Amino acid sequence: MQHKVIDLKDVVIRFAGDSGDGMQLTGSLFADMSAIYGNGLATFPDFPAEIRAPHGTVSGVSGFQVHIGTEAVGTPGDFCDLLVAMNPAALKSNAKWCKPTAMILVDGDAFDEKGMARAGFTTDDPFTELRVEDRTLIVAPITTLTQESLKDSGLDPKTVLKCKNMFTLGMACYIYSRPLEYIYQYLERKFSKKHPELIEPNKKVLNDGFNYAANIQAIPNTYTIAPSKNKKPGTYRNITGNQATAWGLLAASEKSGLPLFCGSYPITPATAILEELAIHKSLGAKTLQAEDEIAGICTAIGASYAGNLAVTTTSGPGLSLKTEALGLAVMAELPLVVVDVQRGGPSTGLPTKTEQSDLNQALYGRNGECPMPVIAAHSPSNCFDAAFNAAKIALEHMTPVMLLSEGFLGNGSEPWLIPSMADYPEIKPPFVNGVLSEGEKFQPFERDPETLVRRWAIPGQKGFEHRVGGLEKNHAGVLSTDPANHELMVRERAEKVARVASCIPPLEILRGPASGKLLVVGWGGTYGHLLNAVEEVGDAVSYAHFDYINPLPANTEEIFSKFEKILVCELNSGQFVGYLRASLPQFNYLQYNKVQGQPFLVSELVDAIKKEI
Amino acid sequence: MANLTFKDFKSDQEVRWCPGCGDHAVLAALQRALPKVSSALNYEKERYVVVSGIGCSSRLPYYMDTYGFHSIHGRATAISTGIKVANPWLTVWQACGDGDALAIGGNHFIHAIRRNIDINIILFNNQIYGLTKGQYSPTSKFGAITKTSPYGTVEHPFNPGSLVLGAKGTFFARSLDVELKLNEEIMTAAALHDGCSVMEMLTNCVIFNDGAHKSISDPEVRADRTIVLRDGEKMVFGKNSDKGLVYDGKKLRVIHIGEGGYTLDDVLVHHPHEDNIGIQMALADMKGPDYPVALGVIRDVKDITYDDGVRDQVKDVMAKSKIHSVDELLHSGSTWEVK
Repeated sequence: MQHKVIDLKDVVIRFAGDSGDGMQLTGSLFADMSAIYGNGLATFPDFPAEIRAPHGTVSGVSGFQVHIGTEAVGTPGDFCDLLVAMNPAALKSNAKWCKPTAMILVDGDAFDEKGMARAGFTTDDPFTELRVEDRTLIVAPITTLTQESLKDSGLDPKTVLKCKNMFTLGMACYIYSRPLEYIYQYLERKFSKKHPELIEPNKKVLNDGFNYAANIQAIPNTYTIAPSKNKKPGTYRNITGNQATAWGLLAASEKSGLPLFCGSYPITPATAILEELAIHKSLGAKTLQAEDEIAGICTAIGASYAGNLAVTTTSGPGLSLKTEALGLAVMAELPLVVVDVQRGGPSTGLPTKTEQSDLNQALYGRNGECPMPVIAAHSPSNCFDAAFNAAKIALEHMTPVMLLSEGFLGNGSEPWLIPSMADYPEIKPPFVNGVLSEGEKFQPFERDPETLVRRWAIPGQKGFEHRVGGLEKNHAGVLSTDPANHELMVRERAEKVARVASCIPPLEILRGPASGKLLVVGWGGTYGHLLNAVEEVGDAVSYAHFDYINPLPANTEEIFSKFEKILVCELNSGQFVGYLRASLPQFNYLQYNKVQGQPFLVSELVDAIKKEI
Repeated sequence: MANLTFKDFKSDQEVRWCPGCGDHAVLAALQRALPKVSSALNYEKERYVVVSGIGCSSRLPYYMDTYGFHSIHGRATAISTGIKVANPWLTVWQACGDGDALAIGGNHFIHAIRRNIDINIILFNNQIYGLTKGQYSPTSKFGAITKTSPYGTVEHPFNPGSLVLGAKGTFFARSLDVELKLNEEIMTAAALHDGCSVMEMLTNCVIFNDGAHKSISDPEVRADRTIVLRDGEKMVFGKNSDKGLVYDGKKLRVIHIGEGGYTLDDVLVHHPHEDNIGIQMALADMKGPDYPVALGVIRDVKDITYDDGVRDQVKDVMAKSKIHSVDELLHSGSTWEVK
């Protein structure tokens, strides 16, 4: 067989195994290595809610998809070119993601009678049963080879088995011509302090996997994905959405001069933000792991009152619990950032899967007339700017701000050209200026005539003693049940939020003509998929993406008015399109929705868009 | 430091509690205690923040001319915690009722105590929901007849003292609304205590639970049915100071001094600063008719506070870390250059 090295523009690899097989690590190592190599990439971890679901079963399969390309790729890819399946269950649940031309690499040792039965195969030929027998199949005895590789290592059998993923990674590195140096460095960093004895065995297994792949005849071709030549010069790093969110908040803390306080309760898939902030106490961040979601937001509201940049992070069910306290923050007009990393709902729903179904909760989920700004991040690295902007709006407009992220963004990663903080604006909260004239009494709810924002008197300042709370009051801060006053305050609070529109960037047509038949509209984490889909469809359609949802960008109506139809695509049953229909009812809206706990596929978006032109 | 008086702590708001409500007296004691605390600790008035949840007693912040936060039902303790952690320089007082702190806010209450956050919690215990007009609370006596228990409750009440000590609280005191002087004393001790101080004030609700504490607060019987505990003093009580508490090897016992072979020497001495919680728990648990109800500071011990712990850890990490700006953070770890 003639071995060929084929140069590809992009490739999608899906690593799948038991939730204890280390597939998330294998996938992220492959991604990080490719990023440093100079490729564009996007990742998509797809894992079960159970930490160690029953061994060998379909429900326990953990997957990690990585899309690498010469240039930026935008999405983790719909279907894969290589599926790595560490056991029959992984093959069973992931075969459907294989391209017709895909290569499938499995650990043959795991495909014994027991393993096949656990995965629920009814014949002894899993490939034919799944109708993937025509793909390039590589059945390698990975378990045996790993054991053989480490037989003289002195490691116990359990530890030896844990090194299987390194053998697999070595094989993948051969197939895609990846240099192993980065992984060597990673192993040294990870194990040098606590387990130096694991460095050499892991390196050996990695190398043996690489060499095994090179020696067997089963792999017809190998591939290269050249590093980009068009990338903007600068320093890059790989970043996940949750990490970027945490860092964006730290950036806002620096630019405002206010210490960061995060009161949160662990919840999937938002926990990594709290964990990340807990690491960075050196930047003055205080994190409080609260006794529950309510205490998370309430400690944050207390910290805000006391003059910190206050944050609480959560996911859908946690947001439900925070609802009453959100109303308090609206009523007391205190700055607060609430990060909701959305997951499949309702109730506990699909904790590790992605969805955009908390939008209605973010917009309306409170008692009374209770508006607050809602903004959304559109990619893992964009979470940095989104978090920064959420904090800026909160602090400068004295309001809680809801930042919507998604499991897909929080766990996903992409390379990021590191920005310079010199390019970010200062954040200037409306502090009282410290002096009251003789006989003057501080009026805590007196408003700036332009923005309707009240002034912030942080406790500790002489003469500014005042009370805030959940009861209705007048501008002087005195409790009031006067009907006219209540209506005035309701209107002013709403108008204050509406006027945030003058401080946010206008909506842009990201692709396609400024007018025409069809405008495709998205919001949040569907950005990469939609952009790819619209590019594929071509110039017949235009595309606009909303980062700011409440208030809508001031020019939204103007942009919409140039199109005959507006197709709103989102990962829910139509929450944003419903909001648009209510806000700007004069336009002709169409909708395309998916509620499967999975991101869009570019291919299905292309079909949906083509149907409307 | 200007000499502050109780007038400095009175706001211009009209106090709207019912005439005869026990809350008036607790407010008065607080307004009298804070000037003393201020001179003892050299605290300016602007340093005080008074926080509350929801309920009759939670209106208290409006009546104090300090920074104040009237929050939502049950959550005052969480709000107070956030304020104190964010700015440990502030001194935080909290007013909450038995329903607010022990029912809807029970979780925050025990966790604030567990963390030993340096806040001062005044727990107004009138054993009833007053603001919603008379439903039983978590401290209502077993069998209490209220609007939601017309045939009597079938649930046991919390004893706030046991709850606080069970969560390893570092400060617990109890008093009656009418004990103005004792309450000033307790509030001052709470302010001087570094850590979570809980002061249970047995208050009377004249409208919905009148006389709930009458069996111990009535001036006729108070001296015989309560005991005021003070650091280093013998546990003696009674109109004629002729009764005392002894430990009989199994439990506390009330004895008559000079009877049954007991002398004053046998009577226990109160040690609120003793770390061992045993006798203090027994004192907090005492109730009639066999025992007097313990008033005064029952426990007051030192331990690390949460707010100090957070602050010190931040300082410590700041001193050791190599990352001191967001630019440095962004460039930390694995990065690569594109030229």
